[in-house]
Amino acid sequence: MSDLKKIKDEYLSKLNGKLNLLELNKIKSELFGKNGLVSSQFKKIGSIAESERKKFASDLNVIKDELQNLIEFKLDEIQNVEINKKLEKEKIDVTLPERNFVRGKIHPVSQTIDEISSIFSEIGFSIEEGPDVENEYNNFTALNTPDNHPARDMHDTFYLDEKKERLLRTHTSPVQIRTMLNDKPPFKIIAPGRTYRSDSDQTHSPMFHQVEGLHIDNGINMGHLKGCLNYFIKEFFEVKKIKMRFRPSHFPFTEPSAEVDIGYEMKNGKIIIGEGDQWLEILGCGMVHPNVLKNVKVDPTKFQGYAFGIGIDRLAMLKYGINDLRSFFDCDYRWLNHYGFDPLDVPTNYRGLSR
Amino acid sequence: MKITFDWLKDHLKTNSKEENLLEQLTNIGLEVESVENISAEKELFKVAKIIKTVKHPNADRLKICDVDVGEKELKKVVCGASNAIEGLITVYAPPGAVIPKNKVKLVEAKIRGVTSHGMLCSEAELNLSDESDGISELSSIKYEKSIGKSYFSKSNSNLIDLSITPNRPDCLGVRGIARDLAASGFGKMKDSKVKKIKSNTKQSIKVKINDEKGQGCITFGSCLITNVKNTESPQWLKDKLVSIGQKPISAIVDITNFIMLDINRPLHAYDADKIEKDIIVRNSKSEEEFTALDNKKYKLEKGMCVISDNKGVLGLGGIIGGIRSGTEFDTKNILLESAYFEPRSIRSTAKKLNLDTDAKFRFERGIDPLSIEEGLNKAASLIKEICGGEISKIDVQKIESYKARSIKFDPNLFDKITGFKISIKEMLKILEDLGFEIKKEKKTLRLSIPSWRPDILQEVDIIEELVRIIGYDKIKVIDPVKERTKSTLTKPQKLFHYLQRAIASKGYLEAITWSFTDSNYNNYFKGKNKEIKIVNPISSELGVLRNSIFSNLIMHMIKNLDRGFKDLSIFEIGPIFTGSNPGEQNTLVCGLSAGKKYRQSWIDRERNVDVFDVKRDVVQTLVEAGYDSDKFFIDSETPNYYHPGKSGRLFLNKEKDKVAAYFGEIHPNIIKKIDIKTESLVGFEIFVDDLKLPKKTLNDQKTKFTVSDFQKSERDFAFIINKDVSSQDLINAILSVDLNLISNVKVFDVYEGENIPEDQKSIAISVTIQSSEKTLKDSDLEKINKLIIETVENKTGAKIRS
Repeated sequence: MSDLKKIKDEYLSKLNGKLNLLELNKIKSELFGKNGLVSSQFKKIGSIAESERKKFASDLNVIKDELQNLIEFKLDEIQNVEINKKLEKEKIDVTLPERNFVRGKIHPVSQTIDEISSIFSEIGFSIEEGPDVENEYNNFTALNTPDNHPARDMHDTFYLDEKKERLLRTHTSPVQIRTMLNDKPPFKIIAPGRTYRSDSDQTHSPMFHQVEGLHIDNGINMGHLKGCLNYFIKEFFEVKKIKMRFRPSHFPFTEPSAEVDIGYEMKNGKIIIGEGDQWLEILGCGMVHPNVLKNVKVDPTKFQGYAFGIGIDRLAMLKYGINDLRSFFDCDYRWLNHYGFDPLDVPTNYRGLSR
Repeated sequence: MKITFDWLKDHLKTNSKEENLLEQLTNIGLEVESVENISAEKELFKVAKIIKTVKHPNADRLKICDVDVGEKELKKVVCGASNAIEGLITVYAPPGAVIPKNKVKLVEAKIRGVTSHGMLCSEAELNLSDESDGISELSSIKYEKSIGKSYFSKSNSNLIDLSITPNRPDCLGVRGIARDLAASGFGKMKDSKVKKIKSNTKQSIKVKINDEKGQGCITFGSCLITNVKNTESPQWLKDKLVSIGQKPISAIVDITNFIMLDINRPLHAYDADKIEKDIIVRNSKSEEEFTALDNKKYKLEKGMCVISDNKGVLGLGGIIGGIRSGTEFDTKNILLESAYFEPRSIRSTAKKLNLDTDAKFRFERGIDPLSIEEGLNKAASLIKEICGGEISKIDVQKIESYKARSIKFDPNLFDKITGFKISIKEMLKILEDLGFEIKKEKKTLRLSIPSWRPDILQEVDIIEELVRIIGYDKIKVIDPVKERTKSTLTKPQKLFHYLQRAIASKGYLEAITWSFTDSNYNNYFKGKNKEIKIVNPISSELGVLRNSIFSNLIMHMIKNLDRGFKDLSIFEIGPIFTGSNPGEQNTLVCGLSAGKKYRQSWIDRERNVDVFDVKRDVVQTLVEAGYDSDKFFIDSETPNYYHPGKSGRLFLNKEKDKVAAYFGEIHPNIIKKIDIKTESLVGFEIFVDDLKLPKKTLNDQKTKFTVSDFQKSERDFAFIINKDVSSQDLINAILSVDLNLISNVKVFDVYEGENIPEDQKSIAISVTIQSSEKTLKDSDLEKINKLIIETVENKTGAKIRS
């Protein structure tokens, strides 16, 4: 048996035994130290006969690799045991609470406005805005509601001066006037925003939200109005079918005018939209009155179309089961948290309006 | 407008059921608000006789009555009325009955220890009169045989309440509603010819309408009825009025009310003996006074339409009569007025005097000017029938004759507006039924408008008539086209949207509060803005438009703290007002944080929310909205509602053109005054409208991607510097050395105290130096180091700390 084989066998059996780090290091230096067994074999290479030298060197390298790998492996093994022992001591109680986080929320009215915008965006409406303070002309007169018109009684108006010239807008309809005065037809806009009436009780709030819709072009008729609202309501309530009823009504700025009811039923104290035989009024609409078009310098013989106004708060109440209108503006932390939406819940057409 | 099906049937021949009626009313635009079954409720009220009374053992004023209600056993009823005596026939309400006056449902209850099985009712409680003193007394001759029977006559007709839109005065009378129904195919109109008064006597009171500027009365018809005996109305008339919830008063009043409700023709009855000679219809003089039937004295302005006699004002025409000439039970001679008043005049007078009456409501919407004689004929003959007397001829004075209006109507317009077609034949039928007179012209129709339809002025009005009678359900649904030619949101709208959601994502709950606020709170936060008062606020606490969002947020913050929450962040994005003209408003994001950032945590050190929390929220939000924080400039000039030392204002760039935001602690004095209990209160305001929109879209910014892979090195410096020099100045000085090489500057420590002179501080800064072109050599770095120290020392007066 050659020296090499002897070294190999001896140390393989040693290394396969149970070792600690110290013993392993000792073996390592016995083999590979400056005068280690393997190292000294390498020094011998030069003195070996030419014919055998190549084989010797090759055998020696094989043994060296084998032993070295084994040592490395052993070393790893020992270290792992040590680390694991140490980590075992570092164990913590992971059921302790995480670091505090706070969650902001988007108000349900804002969310509803974004939902409405998303739906109307699909069918080509863009968003317009107008000021909260209006003059009497834009809020009433231009909308075919002259002074001394009984329809003005339907709006309890907040005034900012004794002459009643400046007021808080009672509806979003003055945005129609502003939009049409500033631009040329066609018009296809919605205008969500704050509106004000001096009415305050359980079901009325002196401030509420409306969204105005206006579509003026060539040949836009009541069929388009029906189609548009039908589409909107279906999308908004995220239902496949919707029961809708158009009823004749009266608004000075539209002719013919309609109020729209949607069908609903109560199931286990919850309101189900789109079914049932109960009716719920949700919006007013109609064909824009020729007088209004004339007031904004649009030729009513060439252009015609429809307008509508929807109560946003009411839509939100219906969709999200909120009972009390006043609670929208009470700013109760618990309410905001409960009915609010995560800021990442941006209503989109591809992800859907709501989760 | 309240009606019953039975009343409608006076004008309408129909076999349909009430159910269908309700649907049809709504379909043609006469919205049914509510349906009330009053007869079923009222059937419970029985004619009853008091058999025996004994004094209540525990109450002096109460009696226990044994009452015969037509059943085997007598009912024991506790009653406090002094007229509750044995033998009286009266009205008994059992438990379960709803008292008409106060709508309270009776229950069997113990009164002072004695159970009362029902109640004996006064006339007031039954809504029969105002008589509330004692229980009702029924005539024993008339009612002796009716004991146990229902007191109110049976009617199967429900009370239907309609919401009549302001354009339809004709439907403020039952007949007008019947006409609409008939046009829609719901039954046929009955003929309602009125017998004309036959009389040889002239109306002897002279009437004159002054033809003066602004005269509100166009026509004044009158008729004198002499030797009447005003009495209680007959049962049919009482029943009619009671069926729609009206209270019968006396025959003359009831008849005029009946005519008004039936055909919307308001009438006024004067006691002719109280009229001083002539009737003059004229404009009021300034300061003229009169006492109206509501017992209130009114001081008139100049130019209101009054009916007067030689002595003075008798009444406000078409609005309210005066007490001086009112009819009473002993009235003998009546002057009946049937007039036409201008809606504008009525409305302006009523508004000025803040008067609202049934007559005013009708006249301001427009009364049929051709109903004057019909009303007089109907009313006078009824009065004669019920109260006797002699009727005079009708006298009509006018300053203008009524001319029927007509319009040209192009039938093709119907299709154009509604999107569907109907035959000319169908159109003609509907319009005729509604009372239009039609003349066919070549391509158009010439329509003469019925005198009772002041709302019909142009072609679209005709279209509305047609389409509402045909039914809105006939309108086809045309599906919308999914096509977008213009972007949905403008750039500022997008910015609004980003800011709103960015702030919310920092842990703030979005609130929406009213645009008005309490002037006291507003004063704390209005800054340089003017207070804007609302002339007619809901309450004095909501008397001004808000100059700042803080006032509302703080009020609500207090409420939430009172609810027991301690650490809260809320925000609102919305308008504040700078003036009372349209457009004088700005959009703000305003946020408020109270309490502690960390409270009693097992892991984090407890600390209050502070300025640097809100500063981070503001800066991060602006960065997320697309602004470059490297360009931001901050100083400490803030409005007086912020802590003067612990607040800042932020500009988007060094040019400082418009303030982008304020942030900081709320002024301790305000916190003290409004008594808000929290460890810390910090807030911010971002001026959305003043944020210059980023020129580049995020898309533009993403087109070029450059980074440096050359080695970077970090060097730390500590400078000692005067306290009033800002760290921003120090950082800017360092950046100014070489923007190409200095890629980041970070303050990592600020120290004041031991070893540092009193008015100075030490700021430790880490500077990252990296070239985009090469690896810097030690000598390059040394050069920059030296330059940084030199520049900072020169520019800021700082000294490097050795």
